[in-house]
Amino acid sequence: MSEATTSRTITIEVLRYRPEQDTEPLWQSYQVPFTDDMSVLQGVQYIKDELDGTLSFRWSCRMAICGSCGMMINGRPKLSCKTFLRDLMPGPVRVEALAHLPIERDLVVSVDPFVEKLRSVKPYIIPKEPRKLEEGEYLQTPAQRDAYEQFSSCINCMLCYAACPQFGLDPEFLGPGVLALLHRYNADSRDGGQAERAPILGAAEGVWSCTAVAYCSEVCPKGVDPANAVNQNKVNSAKHYFLGWLTAKGG
Amino acid sequence: MSAKRPYVRPMQGWWKRDPYFISYMWRETTALAVALYAVVLAVGVVRLAQGEAAWNGWLAALKSPLSVLLHLVLLAAMVVHAKSWFEIMPKTMPAMQMGGKRVEASTITRAGWAATAVATLLVLGLAWGW
Repeated sequence: MSEATTSRTITIEVLRYRPEQDTEPLWQSYQVPFTDDMSVLQGVQYIKDELDGTLSFRWSCRMAICGSCGMMINGRPKLSCKTFLRDLMPGPVRVEALAHLPIERDLVVSVDPFVEKLRSVKPYIIPKEPRKLEEGEYLQTPAQRDAYEQFSSCINCMLCYAACPQFGLDPEFLGPGVLALLHRYNADSRDGGQAERAPILGAAEGVWSCTAVAYCSEVCPKGVDPANAVNQNKVNSAKHYFLGWLTAKGG
Repeated sequence: MSAKRPYVRPMQGWWKRDPYFISYMWRETTALAVALYAVVLAVGVVRLAQGEAAWNGWLAALKSPLSVLLHLVLLAAMVVHAKSWFEIMPKTMPAMQMGGKRVEASTITRAGWAATAVATLLVLGLAWGW
């Protein structure tokens, strides 16, 4: 980007945290020249390339599919590649690491607990009846696909975690994203893993930690409705509990 | 290279951080108004069981200016509660199909208001002795 194509300047304030020198995060301000086609991600890339090479943040695809560049932008969880500086004029733009998640450095948050939780819900199809190769593929009607389709759009960007105060208050809560993905597999007609996932779904850290704030569904950049997945599964969890109790097999 | 030292931000005052959280807190707070009105009605049932004088005393108490004011506040709170719950209702239920099409969230919300209107008319009709 040459100076000639630059039309305007905006102030970007970044919440910095450098564990080796800062005891707590502090705001730092940068003047960023920008053009109409520049996203907030490109704004922070400009800072790193031209103004301050010590700034740390995650990014990869620049097109809202990898889920790496989530940040709080003016207090709201957003993908920085999908948010444009021109829409935030006159500024300043306040950029902060995703809320509710521990800050590793600057805009980089800890993702390990999320990945562990995701692994724990077995986010893959556990076939009802294993088929041999010569038996052909697992078939599904369009209606059966519709039952889970939107939940399969999750890109693990964790914006919904930054939108969920219950997760902020109790980091053990599985949280909207993982529960939406759990539901994506439970609701798949080819899957037979509901019983295996039931204990984690019905635990206190499962669906029952949700109080239906529902901001998760508002902030999702891919149109997933995690609040719906979680609240549908409160019904499933209650059913599982009472049926288990009636048949004396235990919850 | 320094060791990892993740910083956890405090949650104090989290509900003031976003207008969405504030409206959520209103939804939760106004639930108390629903509970309080249930108590008012429960007291009425107890007074009814205690005989005619007690029942008439309860009716008279309801007509006091303080009680009228309380009822106006409770009504306003319940309208806020109903509005916020009907908005969230589509998220609490499985996807509904009608005529092979998915029912829109806004339709479910409007159905909530329609049910409220019918129930309100029914109760008012009973109260005025239709």
